[in-house]
Amino acid sequence: MAQLASALAIMIMGVLGCAAYFYGSNFLLDKLFPTKDRPYEQIARNLRTANMVRPWLFLGPAVLLLTFYLFYPVIDSFRLSFFDRTGDEFVGLSNYVWLFGSDEFFESFRNNMLWLIVVPTAATFFGLIIATMTDRIWWGNIAKSLIFMPMAISFIGASVIWKFIYDFRSGDDAQIGLLNAIVVFFGGEPQNWITIPFWNNFFLMIILVWIQTGFAMVILSAALRGIPDETIEAAVLDGANGLQIFFKIMVPQIWGTIAVVWTTITILVLKVFDIVLAMTNGQWDTQVLANQMFDWMFRGGGDFGRGAVVAIVIMVLVIPIMIWNIKRANAEMEGR
Amino acid sequence: MADVKLTHVKKIYSNKVEVLKDINLDIKQGEFIVFVGPSGCGKSTLLRMISGLEDISAGTLEIDGQVVNDIPPALRGIAMVFQSYALYPHMTVYDNMAFSLQIAKTSKEDIDQQVRKAADMLQLTPYLDRLPKALSGGQRQRVAIGRAIVRRPKVFLFDEPLSNLDAALRVATRMEIANLKESMPDSTMIYVTHDQVEAMTLADRIVLLSAGNIEQVGSPLELYEHPANVFVAKFIGSPAMNILPCRIEKTGEQTEVSLSAKMSVTAPITTDASEQSKAAFFGIRPEDLSVVASEEEGILSGTVSFIESLGEATLLYVQVPGCEDMVIAKESGTLSIQRGEQVHLSTSPEKMHLFDDNELSYRR
Amino acid sequence: MVASSKRTPLTFLVHATVLFLVVLWTIPTAGLFISSIRDKDQLSVSGWWTALSTSEQRLVARAYEPKSQVQQGDRFEIRGNLLEGGNGEIARFGFSSLKPEAYAAGDVAEMKKGRTLQVNANGDYVLSSPTEWKGSRGQRIFYTAEIPPRFTLDNYREVLSAEGLGQSFINSLTVTIPATIIPILVAAFAAYALAWMRFPGRALLIAGVVGLLVVPLQMSLIPLLKSYNLIGEFFGVGSKTYVGIWLAHTGFGLPLAIYLLRNYISGLPGEIIESARVDGASDFDIFRKIILPLSFPALASFAIFQFLWVWNDLLIAMVFLGNNQEHLVLTGQLRELLGSRGGNWEILTASAFITIIIPLLVFFSLQRYLVRGLLAGSVK
Repeated sequence: MAQLASALAIMIMGVLGCAAYFYGSNFLLDKLFPTKDRPYEQIARNLRTANMVRPWLFLGPAVLLLTFYLFYPVIDSFRLSFFDRTGDEFVGLSNYVWLFGSDEFFESFRNNMLWLIVVPTAATFFGLIIATMTDRIWWGNIAKSLIFMPMAISFIGASVIWKFIYDFRSGDDAQIGLLNAIVVFFGGEPQNWITIPFWNNFFLMIILVWIQTGFAMVILSAALRGIPDETIEAAVLDGANGLQIFFKIMVPQIWGTIAVVWTTITILVLKVFDIVLAMTNGQWDTQVLANQMFDWMFRGGGDFGRGAVVAIVIMVLVIPIMIWNIKRANAEMEGR
Repeated sequence: MADVKLTHVKKIYSNKVEVLKDINLDIKQGEFIVFVGPSGCGKSTLLRMISGLEDISAGTLEIDGQVVNDIPPALRGIAMVFQSYALYPHMTVYDNMAFSLQIAKTSKEDIDQQVRKAADMLQLTPYLDRLPKALSGGQRQRVAIGRAIVRRPKVFLFDEPLSNLDAALRVATRMEIANLKESMPDSTMIYVTHDQVEAMTLADRIVLLSAGNIEQVGSPLELYEHPANVFVAKFIGSPAMNILPCRIEKTGEQTEVSLSAKMSVTAPITTDASEQSKAAFFGIRPEDLSVVASEEEGILSGTVSFIESLGEATLLYVQVPGCEDMVIAKESGTLSIQRGEQVHLSTSPEKMHLFDDNELSYRR
Repeated sequence: MVASSKRTPLTFLVHATVLFLVVLWTIPTAGLFISSIRDKDQLSVSGWWTALSTSEQRLVARAYEPKSQVQQGDRFEIRGNLLEGGNGEIARFGFSSLKPEAYAAGDVAEMKKGRTLQVNANGDYVLSSPTEWKGSRGQRIFYTAEIPPRFTLDNYREVLSAEGLGQSFINSLTVTIPATIIPILVAAFAAYALAWMRFPGRALLIAGVVGLLVVPLQMSLIPLLKSYNLIGEFFGVGSKTYVGIWLAHTGFGLPLAIYLLRNYISGLPGEIIESARVDGASDFDIFRKIILPLSFPALASFAIFQFLWVWNDLLIAMVFLGNNQEHLVLTGQLRELLGSRGGNWEILTASAFITIIIPLLVFFSLQRYLVRGLLAGSVK
């Protein structure tokens, strides 16, 4: 109970402190540069000053936080990648030399590429299929809601759920993992799925596909509903069948949205870490970049230099998407 | 109370586009001024500059003798009614009207008194506790006006306030605004619209703008009867005035122009001898043309290529030989004329307009 | 919508496929939930899909101690019931671990020295001996029984108290609530400034926010950890504090928050904001009295995002809050259990369900806002 009370107190203080900043700073600004009951010239001057300052009062905390938590670390990671394990001694390119010479890196790079190909493709594919089909049936919304549900589950929670499905019992014991039970039911040999090199990657990917399909479905479903009915009706009149309508009329019209879904999931995949950590911790050839980086940060007291090098690789992979995003946002703003 | 004076006012956007070029305008206290013009002419920008929502790039704006270029909107003594009403959707009618007074920290009793008075005036009292979404379009419009009234401004600014209403409501609300002006004879009102009927019915004076320039300032009838140029002539009146290219044949107190090889007209408009043989434009409003029986009585003859019967009037589209555009004639009532028939059109001389080759009107 | 939807076989196929996919997507979670409320002995020997049918179990029990023997004529008997009055049916039994299924229920097994053991299907047993039973421990009886399903909340009771999940639950709340509200406040102000205020550098800032949207937060960990150590040393509070993790979550959540809210706020009708300005409201007034109330849907959808994200986060909690028991959040606790109690599915399933129940509740009650937020963030 005492813990609960102190937690509550900390929470309230944190939130109030934040609110107090905004109130206080704006109040102060209004007091310093009053715009009421003064001569016109003074009002004009004060107003100009206040209008110059106020955006930065509004933006201040956001800019500071973004700088400290995202912008500065990107720069500093770059710097650290040229330093030794403690970050004190300049070692030139030796971290990079080590990275490109290590088998572990190539393993995780290969695995990351597999993830990048399989997960966005599968999630977008299933999302599109489900979105199309659920739009036509009366219980579609319930179906969507259930398929969307894994979105709310943490990666680690999902890992437990799926670890349970992949559970393996040796010998003649009854299998309590669903997958092995099905295999046995059809007369197969039970397997310890997550220890089979190479293929185990796919068993881990299934977890992320399971989580992300709902996201793809929701967005694609909205896009599908945005397609003007007239275009579909026109295609029907032109004698197109269901599949032709889907591939030649509907899919091309939501191409932009598919690209957005795809890239969003791609970014997520690059950061995937929890699933691998919880399922295998990179054993049995399932290492990925994010987990490898985390590993180097803490392994044997941590090696900041090598961890930073892996981080830089992830960053480089993200940059094309970042540029594409900024371009898209700019085009959007000009459209306004 | 409040004169509004614009001197050499300009608006230039950062990309060097000049949307208003050298506007000079004197608005007297108590006047109802309408800015009218086609879309993109800068009329709304001009209003927003007076309100303080847009910066003034050059020139000075005075309200009540005070230069207010750098004064924030709230301190200029103006109130504005927006096209979309801009009611605060999450506040009741009462709170919408009280908002500006609350910001100004007026006492609760004063606010209540002001709001109730305005609500009473606009028959909004039964709706004070409703949210804007529970009101009809006309009621919303009245709330927007009420919100302006409670501030007791020196100058009312209206930005196309009727364009979101349907046709029937528009007429009713137009009359309400006219009544409002009647009941507040001292307050200056500036009203922006693209609708010439609103401009004609409401304005003491119309300011007609086009492409960032003032084309003409004057009373509605002045603009109708004596348009300063072709643009004004065509903008005011519906259907638009027929403008026919012509050549000046004879100058003097009576000017004779030739419309084609065969047709010429004499108008009671004075021209200088130096204008002899110059190209010009002859203007005549459709409603001033009437069908006559013989060619001798008329000034124009041609073939009817299209007829529109509106019930109260009939529009004849007449192809006059030698004229590129069709001449439109508006006759009241219905006519028994068929397509393809030859007709003769006549008018009285004082209804004729003549513009020089720069499209400016010759003075009578 | 499409004419083909009227064709019955195709419609049937669509229904069947969707049903199949829905089952496929729901079953993992359902399995977890059902397992978590099963008896732990049953859970470890049979799949959860058998939970509603009886399960055959090989069990071992001890008969009552010799002191409870009763003399019946010339024999000494010990009577009792293996199932302790519970439901179930015994199929076979035995008295040695070598032959645990030697006898069928109802048989009389001959033991050494003329002793006999009889076990009936309902669990009643009789141990009979010509001589007095000696010793302090009861005879071991092996039996195979059909046990009906048993559901229990014992697993939850255990993980909440003994495994420390109750504490973690509170820790998770302490992290999540401020880490949801603070970024909303900070981002809403910034979003308003980026949408409706004019100042130099605005376009650059917007581009910056969009760019930071995709920066992998792994990039930040090493430099931040160093900074946190320095700052912690300076204030003498250690580097792992709640304030530290709130701000970290705020920093990492801001790009999405600003992006989402700016999209929404810049879509509000400009005339309303201008009208407020004519009415004399300052930017701060406008923000508080007009923008905040009108942006409620967007604020709600971001709040849900951030809540789910923070609650479900493992990485940031591990780095900035550490692994000591008093600070451990639910996800961290679950990961610890995966390591230490990897085989104890009754612990894992119950713990996992506790960590996902709050997000699931939030998800199902506020799904509408979540969907709206997703759409605002990605489709334009």
